[in-house]
Amino acid sequence: MAEGIKDKVAIVGAGCTNFGELWDKSISDLMVDATYEALEDAGIESKDIDAAWIGHWSETSGCTGMSLSGSLGLQYKPVSRLENACATGSDCLRSAAYAVACGACDIALAVGAEKLKDMGIAGLPNQYPLGTPMVLTNLSAPGLFAMLATTYFHRYGLSPQEGKRMMAHIPVKSHHNGFLNPKAHFKREVTLEQVLNSPIIAWPLGILDCCGVSDGAAAAIVVRASEAKKFRDDPVYIKALQICANPADGARRTDYDFTHIEATYRAGVAAYAEAGIKDPRKEISMAEVHDCFSITEALIMEDLQFSSRGKVKEDLEAGIFNLDGPLPVQPSGGLKCFGHPVAASGLRMLYEMYKQLQGKAGPRQVKDPKLGLTQNMGGHPADNVVSCVIVGL
Amino acid sequence: MVGITSYGAYIPLHRLSRAELHRAWGGIGMLGMSVPGEKAVAGYDEDSITMAVEAIIDCMRDTDPKKVDGLFFASTTHPYNEKQSSTYISAVVDLEREIRTADFSGSLRAGTIAMTSAIDAIKGGALNNVVVAAADTRLGAPSGLMEQSCGDGSAAFILGDKDVIASIEASYTISDEFAGVWRADVDTFVRSWEDRMVLDTGYSALLYEAISGVMNKCNLKPGDFAKAVYYSPLDVRAHNRLARNLGFDPAQVQDSMFMTVGNTGTALAMMMLVAALEEAKAGDKILFANYGNGADAFVLEVTDAIEKVRDRRGIKGHLESKRMVNNYETYLRWRNLIPMEPAQRPELAPASISAIRRSRKEILALYGVKCKKCGTPQYRAPASAGGRTPSRICVICQAKDEFEDYKFADRKARIFSFTHDNLATTPDPPVTNTMLDFEGGGRGMFDFTDRDPDNVEVGMLVEMTFRKLFFDRGIHNYYWKARPIRV
Repeated sequence: MAEGIKDKVAIVGAGCTNFGELWDKSISDLMVDATYEALEDAGIESKDIDAAWIGHWSETSGCTGMSLSGSLGLQYKPVSRLENACATGSDCLRSAAYAVACGACDIALAVGAEKLKDMGIAGLPNQYPLGTPMVLTNLSAPGLFAMLATTYFHRYGLSPQEGKRMMAHIPVKSHHNGFLNPKAHFKREVTLEQVLNSPIIAWPLGILDCCGVSDGAAAAIVVRASEAKKFRDDPVYIKALQICANPADGARRTDYDFTHIEATYRAGVAAYAEAGIKDPRKEISMAEVHDCFSITEALIMEDLQFSSRGKVKEDLEAGIFNLDGPLPVQPSGGLKCFGHPVAASGLRMLYEMYKQLQGKAGPRQVKDPKLGLTQNMGGHPADNVVSCVIVGL
Repeated sequence: MVGITSYGAYIPLHRLSRAELHRAWGGIGMLGMSVPGEKAVAGYDEDSITMAVEAIIDCMRDTDPKKVDGLFFASTTHPYNEKQSSTYISAVVDLEREIRTADFSGSLRAGTIAMTSAIDAIKGGALNNVVVAAADTRLGAPSGLMEQSCGDGSAAFILGDKDVIASIEASYTISDEFAGVWRADVDTFVRSWEDRMVLDTGYSALLYEAISGVMNKCNLKPGDFAKAVYYSPLDVRAHNRLARNLGFDPAQVQDSMFMTVGNTGTALAMMMLVAALEEAKAGDKILFANYGNGADAFVLEVTDAIEKVRDRRGIKGHLESKRMVNNYETYLRWRNLIPMEPAQRPELAPASISAIRRSRKEILALYGVKCKKCGTPQYRAPASAGGRTPSRICVICQAKDEFEDYKFADRKARIFSFTHDNLATTPDPPVTNTMLDFEGGGRGMFDFTDRDPDNVEVGMLVEMTFRKLFFDRGIHNYYWKARPIRV
């Protein structure tokens, strides 16, 4: 196995805009706001940046690295545009981290930004590449993920009522955390009954099982670990950074059970190996994961080995992942409440872990965290790419 | 001896009660007449091409597609003015390239004109086994008698000179220029001249002439026939009057399905013939006639081989399997007859003709592949996120380019997972999406049509059906869906 980048790269600055329906902000505004918060946090200026990676998923926003260099006025620096669906932000971090780790540059910037609320309609834009025969057009994201719930309920013998109740614990917990977060898109608490009775979007998922679609941007500045203390006293170190793309086989091979996401499991295993973690449930202090839908978060808990297979229901009922529980998940409110500007989410998760590790998370501060994990997934249950990042002091 | 060697038919699952039309519009004309019965209504995702595919599949249940050397398709509702329907259909039902295809149109007699052409081609030795199909989805303008009458359906025959189940003993054709019922190139709805003239000058006179003509030619009398199968006009009373005028006993006359299906245009007479053949015995003589800008009449004689083709869904099977359309508004929506508020969803990208052509085997004939190394059947959706067809690398053993063709279209499958999606756009909400595991191996994600949302469950057995997805920027776009086992 390769040596990995454990403790070779440090995050010395991070920024994140408010997420939400930002009618008065363009994608350039968002890039500037997130990046300048990160620059200020690191105590540097934009001219100090050696290289940058910008991620945005929606093609309506312009397609080259110039979307960032133009917005920031970066002077003739190498800037690349990246796209890995909802895992784009984490992939930008990966490129920036590898660039400083190998010595190709000293200070690298990763930015994820998304402007989704300019369409005049709710939901995500269609992204059909040229040459698409347009034969599977009646698919919505909630519909694709809802099939995970159908299969999970069936496999573990849960009635629709039992299954929906299991899932409902997740938004209740995340809304509580998001309520405490001034930058979150949805700042209100919800009850179990509200989640259970919310209108069905794609059976069995109700609207409160689905995350928000938001505008927003997040950024991180990375340097070699050996240089980190020159920037700040409390840099956050990357312990593991793994990305796993599945071979688009979930809708093709009959042995895929549709009650887990193999790429999440494998990205987790690889990250634990890189970070030297033996017992994730005990060693990981907190996590921000890709809760695009409540069923997704339930499965992630099992795939990351926080819960045993088929047993997440017990852990949810016991409040294991609540803010005051032993392993808080989504202290920021998650995609569910913080919002989900596709390409920004991976770096937004990192932003939360960074602030939590530095003890700057205010009323939602997790007690004495050591290691934070982010899991960021692009695609849908059958075809997907998943990142897993572990950071610590 | 040239004749029919196989038959098949299709009637859409959905029916609209004429009482519901009466509820919406009141009665017909000055007398406020109410019309009894119901009519078959193509689903929102069906048209003449998809219904022809169904009838042909039913007809070809035990025919090797490689033996078919012609496909003639008759309809007055071809999706395109310029682009052949029959080439498209032949790709869907997986016929060979070296065949003769032709579209017939312009008259409700187009189906029997196509049959005559096939008979001549076989007699002349040019062709051996010709599939002749007819399907129509004609529209009557809302509130009219035509709307009450028109139904949707299709029929198909194979014509050949071996293993004939009903020989064509004689035929008689009249061509007659008369615009009794017509539809101009810019019309959506069928038009009609005053019905008394349509019936007296057209229908009743011409069918009388053609039927008498073919009987005289063969020296046969009405009493010699087991069944008289002939087109019925919109006013079904004229159908019975013609029998009386010709000297047929009402018991001899094949039911026109007005009460159950409605007038299916070019397909009607052929569907009635399928219904007659379903009940026919060896030795029966059948009089078969069709009307439209003239008339065609045939004398058929049923052979012993008829007993070999009983395994069809045909008319009887499809008639029994039905579901009522909830209301007239649903019908208007399905036929795209009222402007609807656009869905609050992003617009579709344009369909790519080159991508469709490249993936025609996967899209049109629902072919996947089977790995020669590990034996795994696999289907790759032509639009999946993880690349495009064709499959080059085995999903299980990663062998490269080691595949043989594997057809999924005729395989049953079980629902592995599903959802009812209220967000996705459809004229028949919710969209029911399924992940299917095919019998014999292979998985795929498909829309589930003709389903009752309350009766969908994991493990349910389904079959594949070819349907229309949408019309956009001049392209009618089709693909396969799953449906509950129909019959």
